Amino acid sequence: MNTPLFSVRDLRVGFLSRSLPLEAVRGIDLHVDHGEVLGIVGESGSGKSVGMLGSVSLLPPSAYVTGSARFQGQELVGLDRRSLQKLRGSRIAMIFQDPLSSLNPVTKVGTQIVEAIRLHDRKISKRDAMERAIELLELVAIPEPNRRVHQYPHEFSGGMRQRVMIAMAVANDPDLLIADEPTTALDVTVQAQIMEVLATLQKRLNLGLILITHDLGVLAGHADRVAVVYAGQVVEQASIDDLFANPKHPYTRGLIASIPNISEEKERLFSIEGAPPPLGRLPSGCAFNPRCTMAQDVCRNLDPQTTTDGAHSVACHFADDKEGACA
Amino acid sequence: MTDQSLPLARRLLVPYWLTLPMAIGLAIVLFWLLMVVLAPVVAPYDPLELVGRRLQPPSWQHWLGTDALGRDVLSRTLFGALHSIPIAVIVVVLAVSFGALLGALSGYIGGLFGSAIMRLVDVTLSFPPMLLAMAVAASLGPGLENAAIAMVIVWWPVYARLMRAQVLEVREREHVEAAIAAGASRPRILFKHILPLCWTPILISATMDLGQVILLAASLSFIGLGATPPTPEWGSMISDGAQQFYSWWVAFGPGVAILTVVLGFNFIGDGLHDYLDPRSE
Repeated sequence: MNTPLFSVRDLRVGFLSRSLPLEAVRGIDLHVDHGEVLGIVGESGSGKSVGMLGSVSLLPPSAYVTGSARFQGQELVGLDRRSLQKLRGSRIAMIFQDPLSSLNPVTKVGTQIVEAIRLHDRKISKRDAMERAIELLELVAIPEPNRRVHQYPHEFSGGMRQRVMIAMAVANDPDLLIADEPTTALDVTVQAQIMEVLATLQKRLNLGLILITHDLGVLAGHADRVAVVYAGQVVEQASIDDLFANPKHPYTRGLIASIPNISEEKERLFSIEGAPPPLGRLPSGCAFNPRCTMAQDVCRNLDPQTTTDGAHSVACHFADDKEGACA
Repeated sequence: MTDQSLPLARRLLVPYWLTLPMAIGLAIVLFWLLMVVLAPVVAPYDPLELVGRRLQPPSWQHWLGTDALGRDVLSRTLFGALHSIPIAVIVVVLAVSFGALLGALSGYIGGLFGSAIMRLVDVTLSFPPMLLAMAVAASLGPGLENAAIAMVIVWWPVYARLMRAQVLEVREREHVEAAIAAGASRPRILFKHILPLCWTPILISATMDLGQVILLAASLSFIGLGATPPTPEWGSMISDGAQQFYSWWVAFGPGVAILTVVLGFNFIGDGLHDYLDPRSE
């Protein structure tokens, strides 16, 4: 097997706190290739964003990252700032959750895209970069790009701003795009449009795309593979079809059952009881056991090993036991 | 409420930032700024020439009387603007430049360097400003230039502290993180993505400080550490007036000048504050 575009091995991210170090990401393994969309799904605080930000060293100094994150064979963990600066925005691009605050409010949109281009291509003239900026806005389906480049971020709606962020992210033809909850701050109809733009660009530019979200519904139809993250660990990883057809981890089943279905009439939507464990106070054994309907004594004592069946891996003592399906 | 009740014509003619204090402040400051340029044209006499008998009370010849040497107080007061206002502007500009730069670096780089700068700020600010300015000016010797240097030394920490607080807040915003993710270098992030969002409180504070600096400069001159005679500087004119207890008019002109110009800058600063900082009120 040749080296994947981006692979993460046993990545751990902790934060130094007054009393004890808190581990937010407890050893995750992931990989993504050119032209592939990897979805990472999990609740707030599960470590999905922190893990990805940590792998490209975008966390505050109080965070420490161990393990390995390789991009085209190059180790990113512990890489010096200059080399990281060169990679970020050119080979590895990111899109953030809140498009309302991700743009510099006092600089024109066009100027910001021009800056993103010229940061990594010193030779291009300002005029050419501006032409490219207009092309990019056209690419993300912003009407009247010639006029829009001269406007400020506050003159754009949320959805339009996220398009601008996407345009900036792909400005330098990156290989890998990490989208951290790109649609969470937008309303549902706009979400669909943004996902459409992302999906089109991903195919056109043959990007490796990591899509971080807490909404399995967003992933359906867009992701190739999905990794389900709970309490800083990948509990299940499979192709999207396999995951929906044959979820093995009780947590995954719970997530799928919580997606509202328009064809069913229900009094109440399904939800998983309880809340994720707080950092530093993980239960012994499987981290999910206090909320799990299938939990046995073994779950409370032993951390389950990850077992792999083809491309489908899962970390549960009862992965093959269909009886207790909670959905 | 009050804005709603204004007649439509007034609401259309008067921009909303132009409140009454703002208008008064602008008028006063504009008057003194004009004097900086026009004093030689408008003043009835040469400020240094002995044009009348000494200590004459106000009259039609000398609207504000004459001083102990027989110089025209009105002319000297108008010429005073030529000395006080440019000095204040230079002092504030220098103090803002040094203070904002050091404060920004302190906030952005942080660590030992940042703490060192802030402790220097603390030490400087723990002196009463007048006392520190006197000490520095006295050690440098009299003269307006030395007084200006002393005032910059007294004033920069105010802006360093303000700027640091701003930078600490703005650097946590998401567009800064986005800029890091786009591969921007650290200097670029500080100067292009953080600093442009930090100027509002500095601008307001600097406007108000213009008045304060004029007052401090006058105070230094009053005790003989600023302008040297016979320069028509407001502080030293009041100092002259203080010797002439029964001739109130000698100190009256420069006193009113200082009063109005400080008031004017404060009004403008207040107006700017209301206009630029929507969170207040």
